[in-house]
Amino acid sequence: MSSVTEPTTAVGKTADYLDDRLSLGTVIKQFGRKVFPDHWSFMLGEVALWSFVVVVLSGTFLTFFYEPSMAHTYYDGSYAPLKGAEMTVAYASSLDISFDIRGGLIMRQIHHWGALIFVAASGLHMLRVFFTGAFRKPRELNWVIGFLLFLMGMGAGFTGYSLPDDLLSGNGLRIIDGMIKGIPVIGPAVSSGFFGGEFPGTEVIPRLYSLHIMILPALIIALLAAHLLLLVIHMHTHYPGPGRRDDNVVGYPLMPVYVAKAGGFFFLVFGVIAAISALFTINPIWNYGPYDPSPVSAGTQPDWYIGWLDGALRLAPGGLDVAIFGYVIPMGVMLPIIVSLVFLVLVAVYPFIEAWVTGDKRDHHVLDRPRNAPTRTAIGAAGVTFYAVLWAGASTDLIAIFFQMSLNHVLTAMQVLLVIGPVIAYWVTKRACLALQRKDREIALHGRETGRVVRLPHGEYIEVHEPVDKYELWKLVDFKDYEPIMPRPNKKGKITVGTKLRSAISKIYFEDRIAPVSKAEYELAHADHSPAIEESAKRKPKQLKKKL
Amino acid sequence: MNPQKPMRRRPWALGVVIFLGLILSGGGYAAATQTFEAEFGSPEQVEEGRKLFLANCASCHGTNGEGAIGGPSLIGVGAASVDFQVGTGRMPGQASGPQLYKKPVQFTEEQIAAMAAYVASLAPGPAIPPEEYLRTDGDPTHGGELFRINCAMCHNAVGAGGALTEGKFAPALDGVTEKHIYEAMVTGPQNMPVFNDANLTPEDKKDIITYLKYVEENRSVGGFELGSIGPVAEGLFTWIFGLGFIIAITVWLGAKAN
Repeated sequence: MSSVTEPTTAVGKTADYLDDRLSLGTVIKQFGRKVFPDHWSFMLGEVALWSFVVVVLSGTFLTFFYEPSMAHTYYDGSYAPLKGAEMTVAYASSLDISFDIRGGLIMRQIHHWGALIFVAASGLHMLRVFFTGAFRKPRELNWVIGFLLFLMGMGAGFTGYSLPDDLLSGNGLRIIDGMIKGIPVIGPAVSSGFFGGEFPGTEVIPRLYSLHIMILPALIIALLAAHLLLLVIHMHTHYPGPGRRDDNVVGYPLMPVYVAKAGGFFFLVFGVIAAISALFTINPIWNYGPYDPSPVSAGTQPDWYIGWLDGALRLAPGGLDVAIFGYVIPMGVMLPIIVSLVFLVLVAVYPFIEAWVTGDKRDHHVLDRPRNAPTRTAIGAAGVTFYAVLWAGASTDLIAIFFQMSLNHVLTAMQVLLVIGPVIAYWVTKRACLALQRKDREIALHGRETGRVVRLPHGEYIEVHEPVDKYELWKLVDFKDYEPIMPRPNKKGKITVGTKLRSAISKIYFEDRIAPVSKAEYELAHADHSPAIEESAKRKPKQLKKKL
Repeated sequence: MNPQKPMRRRPWALGVVIFLGLILSGGGYAAATQTFEAEFGSPEQVEEGRKLFLANCASCHGTNGEGAIGGPSLIGVGAASVDFQVGTGRMPGQASGPQLYKKPVQFTEEQIAAMAAYVASLAPGPAIPPEEYLRTDGDPTHGGELFRINCAMCHNAVGAGGALTEGKFAPALDGVTEKHIYEAMVTGPQNMPVFNDANLTPEDKKDIITYLKYVEENRSVGGFELGSIGPVAEGLFTWIFGLGFIIAITVWLGAKAN
């Protein structure tokens, strides 16, 4: 670069100096020309990223004042109803951050609201990726990385929730302790190792602190880097539309459009989190008091992202414990653990399951409209329902009191819903998708109903249909259609169990599919309905009638 | 010569003794009646209470407060119980169910006092608490600790209320008067256990009242408290308002570019 003309301005000289040494030009040329398509749903992952940045910034501030120690002390800060109370140094320093350190409370609230929004935005981003099929080849591994990021987010959140060592967080830890102890054979030893003896011990807060400020953030940052690197290596996906293909990306370049947009967006996200934190209190630890293993407050719940696990514990039916050689396996704990692990594994490996079922090995950069993958969308809806019922299960007590219902009835209703809810959601979603696809077909073939009814000269009434324009049409007809796979014998002439299973699942996926409108169908339909249907109606009423 | 008789032998001494005796016994009786009436109500008040009781309560609690199909016996529940149940509007009950709700108070203070006096006259029971334990100048730290140990599992750490089994519930405690909080502790209304003076001394009760009144009056340290019901409200707020607002921004940004 520098060999062409020597730069004359100060900025130019600096840029030239850096480029000669760091080869910045190449990076910026490559990276700056990366094209991002425009759609609001593509910004959800970005919301997660920016809220994570906010959480890191505010968390750094908190580390300056928080003391992860379970040593005992007597509170001597400004909050009157705790003055003189015996508590751990961790809780006392959290109270000091809230009451006696300038800006401490707003930072704590920004940190906590930001964390809730971080995990929520990650979850929403995952749902967007799932329902649009963005996890298909070549992005399966990035889906898994994203899934791990979500898990790490939950872990970082939970460890942070436990740090203030107030009554609420201690109750949460006690539940985790109970779950660990419920695992057969290894449980008690694992619990004892984690807590450094019998719960609560004197070790757990410093250990959680190491996890919370070092190990988990480091893992999140490493996974985030891999996630973003893969995002750059793969092209960005885009929604189906005119000119959008699997070998291009339609959008704006990173430089300067998206750098400006994303930079501005960071401040908007930060602003929203800060505004919420300034107006609404979160986790008022002073209300809960110091942790003491005996009291448990009503309305003790985990933060939202752990809620579904708490719900699983609450909804597990009683009386299922089994004893093996006199050792009781507590199913009230094991059942929720098994169910939630199976659910998590299914979420993590779904891209591989779908790739196996479709047998599709091609790259996909054009997203699916959810209706065009009815079975996937239905599975997603069933999964969301399952998660949502578990999630709601964590607040059975609050639902009961706010809607003046019996807690027992709410619990039973949730247990029933957990089983039949996903089935209903699957069925309703699948039918809705198929109906929408049929409607799309109808519109592609016959145009939109205009609501204008015309009387033909021979007395017949017809409604004028307006054909869709070509841009709109593209969206309606451009999607991949899979057919059920027939079980075929392998080289040895045998049909294996795997092949049969695959064929059976493939049948569930695609047997009632709606095929996209083919060119032949389109032309046939439009041979009848000329765009100027009225004119033809005027000219040749008899012929039109016959064809209609 | 006639040595002076001792005072007590003089003729008028008997009259004085009788006079003094009458004054003492009569005055003492009058004083005793007054304390009795202050504590248990005058006979007129008890009678007035009995009439009110027969007209408003007897169909469930029996004509002599002995209890019936619809309601428990009131013998021995004391004045505090009546003052709490009727004074918070829970009684007379609106409808039978797992638990009675608060509603507008149906009687005047005099009428409530009369009914309380009548029920107290049936058998000894917890009395209406004296003023000295209803002031909020106790120790809020001690009160908070006692509250978390004894009350928070049902009423929530700041008294926001909570659910119990089969439609029963622990109500929210904000806006409840000091007297009613105290009476609830000593009488254990509806599904609440009794916290008698051996369990929580009157000073302990006063500390708890002090704590509750402190958190009621000094709540919003960090902003709007979303009902003080903990992480469920925070999670809902995150999804509906936090993410809702941010998604509105993403839609706005996405739309501008088109």
